[in-house]
Amino acid sequence: MSHQEAIGRNAHKIDPNNIPAEPARATAEGKHKHLGIWIFLGSETVLFASLFGTYIALKNSTAGGPTTQELYGLELVFLMTLLLLTSSLTSVYAIYHMKNNNFKKMQLWMGITGLLGLAFLGCEIYEFAHYITDYGFTFRSSAFGSAFYALVGFHGGHVIFGLSWLIVLMARNAKRGLDTYNAPKYNTFALYWHFIDVVWVFIFTVVYLMGMVG
Amino acid sequence: MTENTTPNKLDSYRKQESKDEMKIQVISFVSMIVFTVIAFALVGTQLMTGSYLSILLVVLAIVQAMFQFLYFMHLKDKGHGPASASIYGGMLIAFLTILGLGVITWW
Amino acid sequence: MSTTTQKRSLGTVIWDYMTTVDHKKVGVLYLLFGGIFFLMAGLQALIIRTQLMTPENDFVSAGLYNELITMHGTNMLFLAAMPLFFGLMNYVMPLQIGARDLAFPFLNGLGVWLFIFGGLLMNSSWFFGGAPDAGWTNYAPLSVQSPGHGINFYVLGLQLAGAGTIMTGINFIATIVLMRGPGMTYMRMPLFTWTTLVTSILILFAFPAFTIALFLMQFDRMFDSAFFDIALGGNSVIWQHLFWIMGHPEVYILVLPAFGIFSEVIPTFSKKRLFGYTAMVFATFLIAFLGFMVWAHHMFTVGLGPVANALFAIGTMAIAVPTGIKIFNWLLTMWGGSIKITTPMLYALGFIPSFTIGGMTGVMLGSTVADYQFHDTYFVVAHFHYVIIGGSVFGILAAVHYWWPLMFNRMLSEKLGKLEFWLFFSGFHLTFFIQHFLGLMGMPRRYWVFLENQELDLGNLISTLGSYLMGLAVIVLLINVVTSYFKGPAPRDPWDGRSLEWSVPNPTPYYNFKYTPLTRGLDPLWIEKMEGDGKIKPAEPLHDIHMPHGSILPFLISLGFTIASFGFIYQLDGPHGRILIYIGMAFAIGCMIVRSLKDDYGYNIPKEELEKEDD
Repeated sequence: MSHQEAIGRNAHKIDPNNIPAEPARATAEGKHKHLGIWIFLGSETVLFASLFGTYIALKNSTAGGPTTQELYGLELVFLMTLLLLTSSLTSVYAIYHMKNNNFKKMQLWMGITGLLGLAFLGCEIYEFAHYITDYGFTFRSSAFGSAFYALVGFHGGHVIFGLSWLIVLMARNAKRGLDTYNAPKYNTFALYWHFIDVVWVFIFTVVYLMGMVG
Repeated sequence: MTENTTPNKLDSYRKQESKDEMKIQVISFVSMIVFTVIAFALVGTQLMTGSYLSILLVVLAIVQAMFQFLYFMHLKDKGHGPASASIYGGMLIAFLTILGLGVITWW
Repeated sequence: MSTTTQKRSLGTVIWDYMTTVDHKKVGVLYLLFGGIFFLMAGLQALIIRTQLMTPENDFVSAGLYNELITMHGTNMLFLAAMPLFFGLMNYVMPLQIGARDLAFPFLNGLGVWLFIFGGLLMNSSWFFGGAPDAGWTNYAPLSVQSPGHGINFYVLGLQLAGAGTIMTGINFIATIVLMRGPGMTYMRMPLFTWTTLVTSILILFAFPAFTIALFLMQFDRMFDSAFFDIALGGNSVIWQHLFWIMGHPEVYILVLPAFGIFSEVIPTFSKKRLFGYTAMVFATFLIAFLGFMVWAHHMFTVGLGPVANALFAIGTMAIAVPTGIKIFNWLLTMWGGSIKITTPMLYALGFIPSFTIGGMTGVMLGSTVADYQFHDTYFVVAHFHYVIIGGSVFGILAAVHYWWPLMFNRMLSEKLGKLEFWLFFSGFHLTFFIQHFLGLMGMPRRYWVFLENQELDLGNLISTLGSYLMGLAVIVLLINVVTSYFKGPAPRDPWDGRSLEWSVPNPTPYYNFKYTPLTRGLDPLWIEKMEGDGKIKPAEPLHDIHMPHGSILPFLISLGFTIASFGFIYQLDGPHGRILIYIGMAFAIGCMIVRSLKDDYGYNIPKEELEKEDD
């Protein structure tokens, strides 16, 4: 560790006798990151809206292939919803422990969040495989197919990105413990993860539930 | 906060405060689950049909999303003005985008 | 260490710029590459005009002509005008609000390199079997069916550049919200900073739609999806919607910064504070807000139905109101001022009538019924060149002359500058004014030849001659730039400026402000000149200054994505494309992980060292 780095690390240590109320926003960089991720999420809102709009425009363009009512089933989607909603709560717990400066518990809850996300992803892969093998419903079968896989797949891609991010984050900090240098990183991840959950809420509503209704 | 100079690790007030907040978080989680169950039940039992159901489903989703934003993501807290502005701005443009693509793509 | 630069080898300078995260150097990079793309697109424009100089000309072939118009439009809008503004914003905006850098210096580096690599990628298409040829709007299904790889270069090049653009937009917003110096309240911010903020908001909400549009196009062209495939139930209007949801705000992204620049230039050279500052700010927001509501006015002839067309027509005309507010405020700023005619001021004076003409033809086009006649004729071409050149390019050229001494520590020659203005101004009107009439006479846009004796000959000839004058003006500017290098350093604050950027020494120290500057009102430097000793008061005693480390990673990440993009472009041609995707992605992601794993605490400039520097 170079001299400069040592100074930097010391400056970010959390004094156990004087824990900042918001470790994630105790430094200028933390404040920047906090606003930065929110601005980014505002941008993501439009990104997903474009996909939702495309999906809504094309959801009846089945070109003789399976329709929404024939494809979707409620049980799996309900399970996926529960998994992702719960992972949102567990990341809230993680941030709660961050504020109490309890690094181990924070890592634990973040780990649970990651596992739930992984389970969600497993379900999604199973769902896609099911559509492809049992219905021959692919990205190429119709405009509806393209729009469906683009929207749900884009969300799935965000989950994959989030999980990789979380793994790198947890691994890199496992030995360092919590300080005001990495607290913003955890907080940024948590906000991103909540946002993925919000998008899923609209996916299960607009795609699956409204697709079942017809 | 930096003005906190009490020698104990976390003073009891702060601890109580974050505990209280955690309680609110759990309550919002439970209500989100309830909304989800209502939405799925409405579709599963086919109590309602047609466009009224669709509107109700979207309203339920928006309420859930607001819980997520305001409580889980702390948008209701102080110092979140610019953050709120970006997400609400995004929602406005998102609404316009979906409206445009949904209404005037086929006519 | 003193600020007088030691002689450094070219290699170190290039390495310095490749690894920089300093907002000033990033700004210079934006200006450099934006300038290169501007010259290329300008050259393409000259070839287009040469082809159209005489009837049935065969200077270029039809296919090449399509490629030229596509590349001219795409280069000018996405790779020249926008990056040039970004360069100016990057350099000037932090100085105007008393900040030492942007909120995310690393992200700034990443943004500029993504733009550079995206731009180079798209322009490299000339050497890889042909450029994109479906127009800058790239409408489906034409673009989906265009053979060869041209459109793939368009898609991936703009995807990279667009990602960089969104990052920089986020960066600017966070900087303006969080890093304003002491006393710099929102309503004391210079108008250029305001327009930077509003432009960034537009980018933030407009570009994601384009990102998705490009993804859909990429999927359709490379993975056989059916978004725009009518046979499988697709709909090509989706492309038009998504494109214009970005495309219309895009024109405000291009013109609002110019408004900001003129709102700096006009008060400075009129020696008066900006008339109606508050109204200017709100007009900016109103333009941005309305700008999102009107995208379908580009699609009147698609047949969206009378209700949709009427709504979008009303929205379009409403934009004239805040724009009119701005025009009158500029005029009233000059009213009774002691006006000094300099090159930037000349551009400002030229801008007002030129842009007003463009705005009026905009209202004409906004009228749905008339639009059925104007659509896809040279009237449209004339209109958007009046707003983009009369607005954005005049703004850029004014800003280049205005801020050159700040950015490069040299004065541009006023004599050459004025020559350049008159050449450019007269060339511009000669080229495009006549095109209104060509359009009204029925000449369609994007046609590579026209027949003789249809009363189009003379108009086209005049137009072409005008474009050569503009080309000449750019050459004069280049001569001006080169000769200015051999002149001595510029004096500090040469224009007797009003805002904070003129309070820093020349050349700008890498930490910007030795003391955190205290802002006591609108036009802070002017206030100190009138009421104080002409020097900005320090807000706090001298501290260590915290600075970010430079990094090569932004360059490498962008390089990785560019390699992967080449892979995507060629992935249908065999396994080598797919191998490139994996290599590029692995490289980029690897670099991102390195960035994540390595701690970067930055460094401090000690107080003792700063004390040796002059204020």
